[in-house]
Amino acid sequence: MASHYEAPIRKPLVLGDKGYHDVSVDISRPVEGKANKHWWIVFSIALVAFLWGLGCIIYTVSTGIGVWGLNKTVNWAWDITNFVWWVGIGHAGTLISAVLLLFRQKWRMAINRSAEAMTIFSVVQAGLFPIIHMGRPWLAYWVLPIPNQYGSLWVNFNSPLLWDVFAISTYLSVSLVFWWTGLLPDFAMIRDRAVKPFQKKIYSLLSFGWTGRAKDWQRFEEVSLVLAGLATPLVLSVHTIVSFDFATSVIPGWHTTIFPPYFVAGAIFSGFAMVNTLLIIMRKVCNLEAYITLQHIELMNIVIMITGSIVGCAYITELFIAWYSGVEYEQYAFLNRATGPYWWAYWSMMTCNVFSPQFMWFKKLRTSIMFSFFISIVVNIGMWFERFVIIVTSLHRDYLPSSWTMFSPTFVDIGIFIGTIGFFFVLFLLYSRTFPVIAQAEVKSILKASGERYKLLRDAGKPLYTMPARGKIIEVDMGETAETEVLPNPVPEIATAGVSIGKLLSSIGSFDVSTQIPDKLQKVKGIGPLMEKTLNDIGIFSFLQVSKMTTTEYDLLDSITGSFPGRAQRDDWAGQAKKMIN
Amino acid sequence: MASTIFRAFYDDDDVLMHAVKKIRAEKYHIEEVYTPFPVHGLDKAMGLPHTKLAITAFLYGCVGLGVATVMMNFIMIEDWPQDIGGKPSFSYLENMPAFVPVMFEMTVFFAAHLMVITFYLRSKMWPFKEAENPDTRTTDAHFLVEVEVGKDEEALKELLLDTGAVEVHVPKK
Repeated sequence: MASHYEAPIRKPLVLGDKGYHDVSVDISRPVEGKANKHWWIVFSIALVAFLWGLGCIIYTVSTGIGVWGLNKTVNWAWDITNFVWWVGIGHAGTLISAVLLLFRQKWRMAINRSAEAMTIFSVVQAGLFPIIHMGRPWLAYWVLPIPNQYGSLWVNFNSPLLWDVFAISTYLSVSLVFWWTGLLPDFAMIRDRAVKPFQKKIYSLLSFGWTGRAKDWQRFEEVSLVLAGLATPLVLSVHTIVSFDFATSVIPGWHTTIFPPYFVAGAIFSGFAMVNTLLIIMRKVCNLEAYITLQHIELMNIVIMITGSIVGCAYITELFIAWYSGVEYEQYAFLNRATGPYWWAYWSMMTCNVFSPQFMWFKKLRTSIMFSFFISIVVNIGMWFERFVIIVTSLHRDYLPSSWTMFSPTFVDIGIFIGTIGFFFVLFLLYSRTFPVIAQAEVKSILKASGERYKLLRDAGKPLYTMPARGKIIEVDMGETAETEVLPNPVPEIATAGVSIGKLLSSIGSFDVSTQIPDKLQKVKGIGPLMEKTLNDIGIFSFLQVSKMTTTEYDLLDSITGSFPGRAQRDDWAGQAKKMIN
Repeated sequence: MASTIFRAFYDDDDVLMHAVKKIRAEKYHIEEVYTPFPVHGLDKAMGLPHTKLAITAFLYGCVGLGVATVMMNFIMIEDWPQDIGGKPSFSYLENMPAFVPVMFEMTVFFAAHLMVITFYLRSKMWPFKEAENPDTRTTDAHFLVEVEVGKDEEALKELLLDTGAVEVHVPKK
């Protein structure tokens, strides 16, 4: 069909001979399978870091902010640096899912889910810092405009810090519903594939009963589009407002009008770097190389290169404007950054953010996975230094030379920062094992346009589909009459053993034929066609039920069927069935 | 449901689209179509009306803007006006530049959340809601069309198989 046409020059976004069902299988594999050793090792390290950070937070809250390295001159340092760093990282997710949706960029579909997850998890980390810095985090609700016992005591809507409260909480909650709405059809896919009742329950809860009617999809697409339209100005506003925290002040080095666009570019820059870091690992660990291809990594590298260059321009513009303004305080602030005691931070920032992305002009380098990974780490370090340089170098030499000083973090500062990195990875690792990490429904919708299988068909001049062999008519009980089906599986021949059957089924669980798909029990060694029929008559249809059988159940089974006594025990049906499930 | 229905399964979206057009051309009524992913143009082919969710989002956004304005006018101007830095807050309009960020954020907040809630309720989705797709394959790789049976059952069976259905489920007699 013409609607699936895509220019042959465009590289395929789904590699390999993949059809719709293959996508389901590939995406649900990490969820249905077991975690490997590497996952557990990384998870343990992240958990330890998180717990260490939690300890430092508890120490801070119980003792006071004095345990940090702040002093009366540098009264804002690591906390706000980390806050801005994490918020910045959070920007790539919405950019990928919203802005690239508006521009109809199909390559976003393989990475938007994880990028949005990264957004949400990193905004959670960011939000921790202002709350801890309050000193009494249980009073955090005081930032909300709520009537209180102090009469007309309200929050100040002239303050950029309060704008931040509104911006960040709107951003977090809107990103969350955007993410979750996209997840519904994918949770439904996992729900409908689940064999174990517990998983089925969990995923049907998470999928909110997604059904996939044509009308649902029509609304789904409309909602996605409108949310993208809302999220695009939102994401730009959030970092703009974060930059107002500095730009509306009168501190030399902060008081610059270039901050909003420069912060937004920096945020996209660092966010894409973090997406690259995470996805280069994830595509390998979860075997998703066919979906997150080299093409995706290359495109992200190009975004990193462009935004890195914008950031570089902003750095140079700042220097020029400081000189051109003629304000000596402003001039000194920038001279001090580049040549003062924090020169090493400034030049690390320059090297990591401006110099290193320029390597991406070379195709050989931006299509090298190892090099991309390396640069993504370098960029994240550089962006942390950027915030540190802006904040600390502007404060540490203020208007009064007698109070000039340096800042050195304590182990608590460092511990909380490491703790948030640990917390972030704990969340992301849990996500990667329980959530569909790729928006499979959306990938299926572009498969015919951008999948390698269909591209090859199109190149060969063959049709994208063939009429299937004539189908068959199947008579079924339609679900609408569910209330009349009191007993779905009447037990005809062996009804005399009614009591023991009830006992047997109560211990191994019952099976509803109208909603679940029976397993082929004959796969278990020792169960032939006859035995399978007998088991089905009793009400045993699934491997799950067989796997729960123990000696008592075997004896009960023998007493009911009367055939092949002891057979089940000898062949270890339960053990075999367990293997089938896994 | 009073009328009986047949369920035709397809395994390709292009086949489905042609089938839906054909079934409608033959004057059969399509009760519902379940698909694993959004099939573009299907709503049009089925004759579904446009969704009005975008309009509700606009209205919700207006509500958010209104709430933000009323709230900040009360808090900053009426209840406790302050003179901050020689800039007294006696008029909402004159002080508005400082309120624009929050006005914008609340517009987005209301529009996004209320639209999504409307979507969930209109499509009957909430936690603990049971899914209603009649076959679990419809979230994987199969497309299901429910067609209301007219007088001639055999003709409909033939039509559905002709359109490329891989399976047709008919009610048990």
